[in-house]
Amino acid sequence: MHKLIASAYKETLLLSRDLGGLAILFVMPLVLVITITLIQDSSFKTINDTKIPVLVVDLDKGSVSQSIFEGLSTSNSLEIITKASEEEAKRAVFNGEYQLAIVIPENLSAVLQKKVNYNVEGILAKFGLEEDSLQIAESVPKRMEIILYFDPATQQSFKSSVKNGIDRMISQIETQSIYKAFQEQLSEDEEEAIFETERFISYKEMVPTKDSKDIIPNSAQHNVPAWALFAIFFIIVPLSINMVKEKTQGTFVRLRTNPVHYATVLGGKTVVYLTVCLIQFSLMLIIGVYLFPAIGLPTLDVAGRLPLLFTVAAFAGLAAIGLGLLLGTVAKTQEQSAPFGATFVVILAALGGVWVPVFVMPKFMQLVSNLSPMNWGLNGFYDVFLRNSNLKEILPEIGLLFMFFIITTVISIVYNEKKNAI
Amino acid sequence: MIKIHQLSKKYKGADYFSVMDLDLHVKEQEIFGLLGPNGAGKTTLISMLCSLIKPTSGSFSINGRTFKENKNELKQLIGIVPQEYSLYPTLTAYENLAYFGSMYGLKGSELKNSIDEHLEILGLTRFAHKKIDSFSGGMKRRVNLIASILHQPKVLFLDEPTVGVDVQSKNVIIDHLKQLNAEGTTMIYTSHHLNEAENFCSRVAIIDEGKIISKGIPSDLIAKQANAHNLEDVFIAITGKALRDHA
Repeated sequence: MHKLIASAYKETLLLSRDLGGLAILFVMPLVLVITITLIQDSSFKTINDTKIPVLVVDLDKGSVSQSIFEGLSTSNSLEIITKASEEEAKRAVFNGEYQLAIVIPENLSAVLQKKVNYNVEGILAKFGLEEDSLQIAESVPKRMEIILYFDPATQQSFKSSVKNGIDRMISQIETQSIYKAFQEQLSEDEEEAIFETERFISYKEMVPTKDSKDIIPNSAQHNVPAWALFAIFFIIVPLSINMVKEKTQGTFVRLRTNPVHYATVLGGKTVVYLTVCLIQFSLMLIIGVYLFPAIGLPTLDVAGRLPLLFTVAAFAGLAAIGLGLLLGTVAKTQEQSAPFGATFVVILAALGGVWVPVFVMPKFMQLVSNLSPMNWGLNGFYDVFLRNSNLKEILPEIGLLFMFFIITTVISIVYNEKKNAI
Repeated sequence: MIKIHQLSKKYKGADYFSVMDLDLHVKEQEIFGLLGPNGAGKTTLISMLCSLIKPTSGSFSINGRTFKENKNELKQLIGIVPQEYSLYPTLTAYENLAYFGSMYGLKGSELKNSIDEHLEILGLTRFAHKKIDSFSGGMKRRVNLIASILHQPKVLFLDEPTVGVDVQSKNVIIDHLKQLNAEGTTMIYTSHHLNEAENFCSRVAIIDEGKIISKGIPSDLIAKQANAHNLEDVFIAITGKALRDHA
């Protein structure tokens, strides 16, 4: 125990003498969390509050184009700018001036009406209610297309959401037209409402609750745990560099001749770097709770969750330290440990779902993602922050993180013993 | 005290033995000098004896114990003064010594007294709380030595302990080592300073290409070698003037 305490004290001194390193350890994660949250929050605001200008070329000038205009106007996220010609709109979009142009073709309303009438009259004829069905069957209307021009730099997700929105609007217009056609055919009185055309099925989003209040995720609840985890794992870079330095300075040679087990040396580092991880995490929580609201970001809600949050952070820190110890044991130079450590953390973050949610990854990558300790940590944080889980429910995640720490540390010790066996 | 039997070391990828079938017996309280040109195998031999590298073949024991059977016990018994400064440059001399002393199990007043005493003897008391990276080469050498002797080892391995230091530092180091030897510490010492070795060592072995080619009391070796006036003459006569470069 005395040797462990002495080792931990030495590590503390070494860290405290490296002010640049300390600044990187504590300040950079904070800068990272603030920057990412600002960007992501402004992205949400862009979608929700700011209107994206969209060019519309209305060659139809009928009821369909009017419905499309109304639909786009009510979306609250698009600002409609009309253009007279398709060519002009196309040029503006392909030059990158606008994200999107919608070209509504000539006679779309008339042709749609013709198609609806054709279908309705066809159906009525089957029931013997229509007299001149044979004449209608000879004039099947041709298909028409609404043309969408996208800036090539437009994100696929935006394209998909616009296409889905327009598709839904057209379906709605078609349905309304069919109802209207039936109404006209079946009733003499235009005012008489035969059909209820309002949507029958709607949806309601249910969220977990805490103390009878809904837990509504905001960008802070998503970003702070994700990027806190990213920062915690970056501890492997300074930790592995610290160990490689001991080899190049010759102090490791002296330690090998001392009657001290390698596990004790690693234990001292673990204690100190775990403390660093927890301080990092505390600072990030403080930033989320106090600084975020002051700079217009959503507040991080940690009420009633602190013990569990620190539990997940501690086990995530241990997993990161285990990896750092292994890298520091195996690497011979800083040129090996630093770039590998940094790149590996980025890979683990990508696999762990820090950047792209795991559920949108290909099946194979989803399987691989299960192997990333950052995925376990992130799920642990989301369990606490967003799913209102208790200690028992986060045991699988923290258990995996702890196992990872044990396995990597044991490999480090065995590798060192084997390499220096006499 | 130290018995070496048929000890050999061939590094991975090398086409020659750095140490080959070496037999040696170092008696208790001896100061035994290992002398030889660069690449002769001196550091390799010391590294094997300190458990830093694994021998290819052969065996050795220190005070009747082997590393295989009594690893930690043996480590407690020995001290090594490495050729390189094995110290944390951003820690002070005192912090370095307190840490390495703790690794030998020293604590409390025992640790403090040992550090203070050695710092005083080697003239470093007023620099105790200065960082190592502000020290001169001679001061670092002295701290490097203290870090290895705080626990009063029975056997001390010294790998060129005075290389690159001024005469004053060298004298302080050698005097202190003689004092330790007088108190019962056995020493294995390597150096290129043959005059220093002649005065300091009770016995020397001249090693070349991994083998002991001559050994004995310095004065006897000088007397036996025709036209030799000192150990350097003996050394040149035995090892020749050819360069010993290995890569």
